Amino acid sequence: MIGLQAYLVLAALVFAIGLFGVLTRRNAVGILLGIELMLNAVNINLVAFARFNGDLAGVVFTLFTISITVAEVAVGLAIVIAIFRVRRTVEADRLNLLRG
Amino acid sequence: MTLETVGFGVVAALLLASSLAVVLTPNLFHSVLYLAAALVLTGVVFLLLEQPFLFAVQLLLYAGGVVTIVVFAIMLTERLVGDRIGQASRHPINGAIVAAAVFAGIVGFLIQAPVRATAPAPAGDTTAALGRALVGPFAVTLELLGVLLVAALLGAVYFARSEE
Repeated sequence: MIGLQAYLVLAALVFAIGLFGVLTRRNAVGILLGIELMLNAVNINLVAFARFNGDLAGVVFTLFTISITVAEVAVGLAIVIAIFRVRRTVEADRLNLLRG
Repeated sequence: MTLETVGFGVVAALLLASSLAVVLTPNLFHSVLYLAAALVLTGVVFLLLEQPFLFAVQLLLYAGGVVTIVVFAIMLTERLVGDRIGQASRHPINGAIVAAAVFAGIVGFLIQAPVRATAPAPAGDTTAALGRALVGPFAVTLELLGVLLVAALLGAVYFARSEE
């Protein structure tokens, strides 16, 4: 039987990898992919806690976070496309329209 | 060394490898394909935790929906500029240091926290109980989620509309 710790460490590793992606990617779509990895790690945590506590609430939360993430990706990519139309780039460093 | 331990080890190794590939490949399109692999492997982790329904949801919404949307967006934006989108990384050392620090912080917390080592006996098929929970104690949240999805749909249509 694998302990809860193993799942939590696995989720922490995936979260750290996603954070690395968010911090180092130049492309806005690449940053979104990193955020996806981080949200995924959180889902692993929620399901693991639900399994080891014998409580379904964690699974219900995971269903909600999955749906919210899909909505977030749809809106995020729509924003990326809209930015692309105006600026002709999705490099996060060059999106400095609000810089004073 | 049971079959479950071996399975968990293999799935964990594959998940970590594909996650690393997502953040390290220079080609954005390959990155999305590795993300699809990572999402499917997360679904397999859900299977190991005895949640087959979540595995199906993960495949349909995440691996199916999200990956399709991202591939669409990449192709659309590539067509707009007319050339391939590269994606170099910046400050990889600093990023690695911050990510490692966050990981060390989480693991340090995990070591101190008292956690139950053994899981209760599997409850069998929990899908029916899940459905009852969604329309019972979580009914208001479910309705709010519907409102959010409609808002996201309208927002996406607004952003993606043609100029005229």
